[in-house]
Amino acid sequence: MGTVREISCETIIETIRKLFMEANTDLGEDVLSALKESIKSEDSELGRHVLEKIVENAEIAKEESAPLCQDTGLAVVFIELGQDVHIVGGNFCNAIHKGVKRAYIDGFLRKSVCDPLSRENTGDNTPAIVHIEIVEGDRIKITAMPKGGGSENMSSCAMLVPSAGLEGIKRYIVESVEKAGPNPCPPTIIGVGIGGSIEQSSILAKKALLRPLGEKNQSDSRLAKLEEEILEEINRLGIGPQGYGGRITSLAVHIEMMPCHIASLPVAVNIQCHVARHKEATI
Amino acid sequence: MKKFIRINTPLTDKVCDELNTGDMVLLSGEVYTGRDVAHRKLFEAILHGDRLPVNLEGETIFYAAPTPTRPDRLIGSVGPTTSLRMDKYSPKLMEMGLKGMIGKGKRSPEVMEAIKKFKAIYFGAIGGVAALTSRYVKKAVVAAYDELGPEAMMRLEIVDLPLVVINDTKGRDLYDEAVKRHRIHFSE
Repeated sequence: MGTVREISCETIIETIRKLFMEANTDLGEDVLSALKESIKSEDSELGRHVLEKIVENAEIAKEESAPLCQDTGLAVVFIELGQDVHIVGGNFCNAIHKGVKRAYIDGFLRKSVCDPLSRENTGDNTPAIVHIEIVEGDRIKITAMPKGGGSENMSSCAMLVPSAGLEGIKRYIVESVEKAGPNPCPPTIIGVGIGGSIEQSSILAKKALLRPLGEKNQSDSRLAKLEEEILEEINRLGIGPQGYGGRITSLAVHIEMMPCHIASLPVAVNIQCHVARHKEATI
Repeated sequence: MKKFIRINTPLTDKVCDELNTGDMVLLSGEVYTGRDVAHRKLFEAILHGDRLPVNLEGETIFYAAPTPTRPDRLIGSVGPTTSLRMDKYSPKLMEMGLKGMIGKGKRSPEVMEAIKKFKAIYFGAIGGVAALTSRYVKKAVVAAYDELGPEAMMRLEIVDLPLVVINDTKGRDLYDEAVKRHRIHFSE
């Protein structure tokens, strides 16, 4: 049995602060290289122009530590909490929200969270959306994922009938992307969650977006094949970068799956714009 | 690559009529920013017959809410938000003289019809390149609804902002045409 290790709330706050500031200004190498690579396969001139501007923007943002996008997102936080960790100096969830608040104030990031009815801004981009999983060990893995509203608005979940099968799943995903058209800022990354329950499929779809861009599903070859087939279908739609027409509508499809009820077939599609931001740290 | 057409605000009927879907434009002059709540407020003020905080005649609204301005900068990162959320309000604003709209994504049939009727233009700006786009802004001041924080209306002075004409006065739609042109059918 492991001994208990203490981690202070101040360490958690500071880690969250740094991660959100970094995520908003520094696009991951995997995304950047996929974007650069995609320019070669884009046959529309306007599409190539858009992709080149996206790459140029990432370079400027990094150099100037400026936000990549004006929508610096709703702060989504994934936590893997080691069961041998003892959190000291305060409340764990409050520390997460405090870290988000500091990042959005210190980093001059836009506060994009409001009351759903009055639409009044909460002023500090909190509350964050927090997903906690208890794992083995004495460390905490924190993933910061600022998620933009435009692409989140085009995401959805369906409770398909089991008889819909693989074909039904495919159709639902491709139709979601087609319906979204130019709105979620293509080229996009498509996160898919199959199975679980209505909420679990949606969490899986979002988690699928955290996988290094373009890496196939490693645990199930059926899913790896499905990812490839769906990406090909999506890129025949003609939507192209920003919906101006072309080949590169999506850069990748990432699917995660888990068992579900014998009566159900939940499928969630989480669309991620090309500003696919996430940073992680283990403390 | 097509050549960019240089135009200036305020936009006139003639300029709008001459622009066509797919044209690439470099826009200079003054524009307002405004998004969800500012649109709702303008719309309600028009319905109530109240005086508007800004005159919309010949104006262009950029559907944008920039990140906060750092002390060493003119403006934060700035770029377009999804335009469909402004669809409910845009025809009324065009009736009041609004000529240009800058955003991203599809518009409703009602907005496209109003663009034809009032000789306006809907431009697309590239979404998610806000660090780059801020370089085209030379001046930024709050113009109305300061209390809305990031959603306040700002007056921006822009120089050569690159845009693409999405919906023109002839009723054409770039998104629709692009998909028809680029879609690969399974029989092929």
